[in-house]
Amino acid sequence: MTTATDPSTLTKKDFVAEGDVKWCPGCGDYSILSSVQTVMPTLGIPKEKFAFISGIGCSSRFPYYMATYGFHTIHGRALTVASGLKIANPDLSVWVVTGDGDGLSIGGNHTMHAIRRNMDLKILLFNNRIYGLTKGQYSPTSEKGKITKTSLMGSIDSPLNPVSFALASGATFVARTAAHNPKHLQATLQAAAAHKGTAFVEILQNCNIFNDGAFAKYLNKNTKEAENLFVEAGQPLLFNGDTKGIVLKSGTNPRLIIEENTGQDKQDISKFMVHNPTEDSALLAYMIGQMGIEDTSMPTAMGVIRNVIKPTYDEALYAQEAASIEKKGQGQLKKLIYAGETWSVSDNRKKDPSGSF
Amino acid sequence: MTQTKTREKLDSVTIRFCGDSGDGMQLTGTQFTNTSALFGNDIATYPNFPAEIRAPQGTLAGVSGFQLHFSSSEIYTAGDELDVLVAMNPAALKTNIADLKQNGTVIVNEDEFTDANLKKAGYKEDANVLESLKSKFRVIEVQLTKLTMTALEDSSLTAKDKDRCKNMFALGLLYFIYNRPFDQTEEWLKAKFGKKPEVLDANLKVLKAGFHYGDTIEAIQTTYEIPKAKIAPGTYRNIMGNQAIALGFIAASQLAGRPLFLGSYPITPATDILQELAKYKHYNVRTFQAEDEIAGIGSAIGAAFAGHVALTTTSGPGIALKSEFMNLAVMTELPLVICNVQRGGPSTGLPTKQEQTDLLQVMFGRNGESPIPVIAASSPSDCFDAAIEAVRIAVEHMTPVVILSDTQIAIGSEPWKLPEIESLKPIKVNLHTDANTYHPYARNEMLARPWAIPGTPGCEHTLGGLEKENITGKVNLSAEAHEEMTRIRSQKIQNIAKTIPNTEVYGEKKGDLLILGWGSTYGAIKSCTDELLRRGHKVGQAHLRHLNPMPNDIGEIAKNFKYVMIPELNLGQFNMLFRAKFLIDTKPVNQMNTKPFVIADLVKAAEEIIAGKR
Repeated sequence: MTTATDPSTLTKKDFVAEGDVKWCPGCGDYSILSSVQTVMPTLGIPKEKFAFISGIGCSSRFPYYMATYGFHTIHGRALTVASGLKIANPDLSVWVVTGDGDGLSIGGNHTMHAIRRNMDLKILLFNNRIYGLTKGQYSPTSEKGKITKTSLMGSIDSPLNPVSFALASGATFVARTAAHNPKHLQATLQAAAAHKGTAFVEILQNCNIFNDGAFAKYLNKNTKEAENLFVEAGQPLLFNGDTKGIVLKSGTNPRLIIEENTGQDKQDISKFMVHNPTEDSALLAYMIGQMGIEDTSMPTAMGVIRNVIKPTYDEALYAQEAASIEKKGQGQLKKLIYAGETWSVSDNRKKDPSGSF
Repeated sequence: MTQTKTREKLDSVTIRFCGDSGDGMQLTGTQFTNTSALFGNDIATYPNFPAEIRAPQGTLAGVSGFQLHFSSSEIYTAGDELDVLVAMNPAALKTNIADLKQNGTVIVNEDEFTDANLKKAGYKEDANVLESLKSKFRVIEVQLTKLTMTALEDSSLTAKDKDRCKNMFALGLLYFIYNRPFDQTEEWLKAKFGKKPEVLDANLKVLKAGFHYGDTIEAIQTTYEIPKAKIAPGTYRNIMGNQAIALGFIAASQLAGRPLFLGSYPITPATDILQELAKYKHYNVRTFQAEDEIAGIGSAIGAAFAGHVALTTTSGPGIALKSEFMNLAVMTELPLVICNVQRGGPSTGLPTKQEQTDLLQVMFGRNGESPIPVIAASSPSDCFDAAIEAVRIAVEHMTPVVILSDTQIAIGSEPWKLPEIESLKPIKVNLHTDANTYHPYARNEMLARPWAIPGTPGCEHTLGGLEKENITGKVNLSAEAHEEMTRIRSQKIQNIAKTIPNTEVYGEKKGDLLILGWGSTYGAIKSCTDELLRRGHKVGQAHLRHLNPMPNDIGEIAKNFKYVMIPELNLGQFNMLFRAKFLIDTKPVNQMNTKPFVIADLVKAAEEIIAGKR
């Protein structure tokens, strides 16, 4: 094969495919596409080693707009194709683009299994809490009571929280970010790219046609300070211009609560929980991920919620292959076929003694 | 001592070992098979197990069987009727006695014929079952359990472990009756129980006890000799279809110079292939036990995109789940082999039984115009060649390919004449690496598109399930593009017929009757054809490897015969395809009783057709 190209000269436009982008004007997907195209050339990976794999849905048109290798597969199954691709060529940087319907409804099973295996894949789950491509039905992340074309009296489904789902599946990297905050989105993509193993990134994304304003509280001038909590490793969980913070109430009913930050003295600040995404146990990450989504009285955590290192599936598979070759030697066709109990029939067999012993 | 017994020569013998699933009947049968194969007989076997792993002991549902046909001449089936039935309990007797021929021999474990066991098997308690058999069969009653226990009086094993050795007693007895050496079994036991000397010792002791018992008892006056068969010179090994197909895929991967990837989910009767391939990591075989059937094929498509020889294995219910992904492979024109080891359907159906009922499913069970090549294996050892052919078509023509096997050949076994390595033709793989000339849907003379894999600089492209335009591969949902692409995809598959060899016709090339078949019915049809030829009929046999596209010459061949008979273990699926294509008034012969064709039944049907009575 031809030698790899030099990644140092890559720019954003190297990742922009020819042809028009066909999402609705004003769709949050444009911002995500632009951010991805901005981040990719900075990763030091030759362009031909990227692959973008998607399922079906608005988000899943993504690979057509990237000038990389891509595969627009079938509904819910992108992770299966991506897993086979990564196993076959672990040298590739494989990115999966999916949505709340594709990745959590029809494809929920595959999402769980890819995550638990810790396949070295980057999963970007665009969450707009609605089915857009089929024109407006409730999704597995739509809030209870939501009125859509298939829930005229309000949805009676309980929504699931993508971050909780990923953590419960054993994810080694879980983050939440939003299409409306490109700077934060790009930093999160960088962190995901740097993680070896499955990186699960929930990206809140507005569907301005069928679910406009779903994430307005995170953007609105009057509410955004109170609703966003940007988590950073080693930093206390503070929000609302650092006037409030999160405290872990331990005891028989451990939970997170909000307390005022007076900023008066050292002792006051030390009561707030310090974010540690590399903690072995996912318990605190789970509590942080639930804030704002499952308990709307709390702010929503944005950023890298969990980031731990475990062996990846593809590494383990090739380690076993190498060990097997080491032990048995590289397989040869002749040895494969002429194995087991063989016997020879010769031309002069008529002279052989007949069957007795 | 043996001089007191007479010795008789036989051409061929069919034995069925049957008992509870836990009685070790598959093992006993396999040992007799290997011994006979190494001795030089031609052999064919057919195991038969219940769908339940261990149904309650002694019940009809729990009976497991292993049938072996061994012969001094060439044979093609596991045998129509049984010469010998070994029944370890009343349930095994009840479910199998109907297949024993008149005056055949039945060997029973007398100790198991208790009132309780008779009742479990649905016999009347205190019924004198064995006495009533004696008018039709030769019944040899052996106190297998008691004799085994006696032989192991001095052993330190538990009673339960001692009881487990009783299958070796039966095996030893049969080795005596058929004058077989037991050194092969001895070697095998040593390898298996080398680390458990007391178990090894017990098994050997019981094996020998069974052998000597045969010598002692008066019920056995005659022993039999089945001389070696005249088999083509060469090196052989005994092989089951699932094993042969796995080896064929590895060989194909080596011949193509690309690593092998299998994405699969366990399903009876295809699971063995996944298990077999998992042993060959040192051949760069990458097996992925996926979370479901869909992920199995999805991962294989990902590996195909990456340039592996990609494979998924399943049975009919799995094909139903994979069909959407099979269509994605059709649309993206990626090389992929989908292996379907057919079982009884519909739905969960009969997981451990055989049928040929998925042909129309794999031909048509998808949305849209979706042509996929279909090939079939015709015997356990033929699975090896069929696997290589499936991979050849997939990578040379850039298409998914279905390979059909079924329960009978998957778990049946026969001697495999090992190919000379040099005789295996390389599979041409041309990975496209030239960025300047690359178009994802450019075409070669056979209409195959180029294979450029991720990692190749300058050939970046996006595949997908949406309709596209030729050459560029850009999404295009226009009327013109769809008409053109639909016809190209169809013609591309038809072009494969240009690369398949002429059809071989066995027997007469012209005459009254052509027997046309596919898949596992080969052996029965071959034996039927031989019998018809022996009776002076003008018959020929053609057995197809390629079912889609069919070979170009098969229509003309059929027209050289007055009648065309198509035997199938379904209600006429290939018959429907063949009639539609050639407008020939074929004569279907169909069977749905979960068993292979009985040769005599086929002969009868053929003679009726020739006589114009069917």
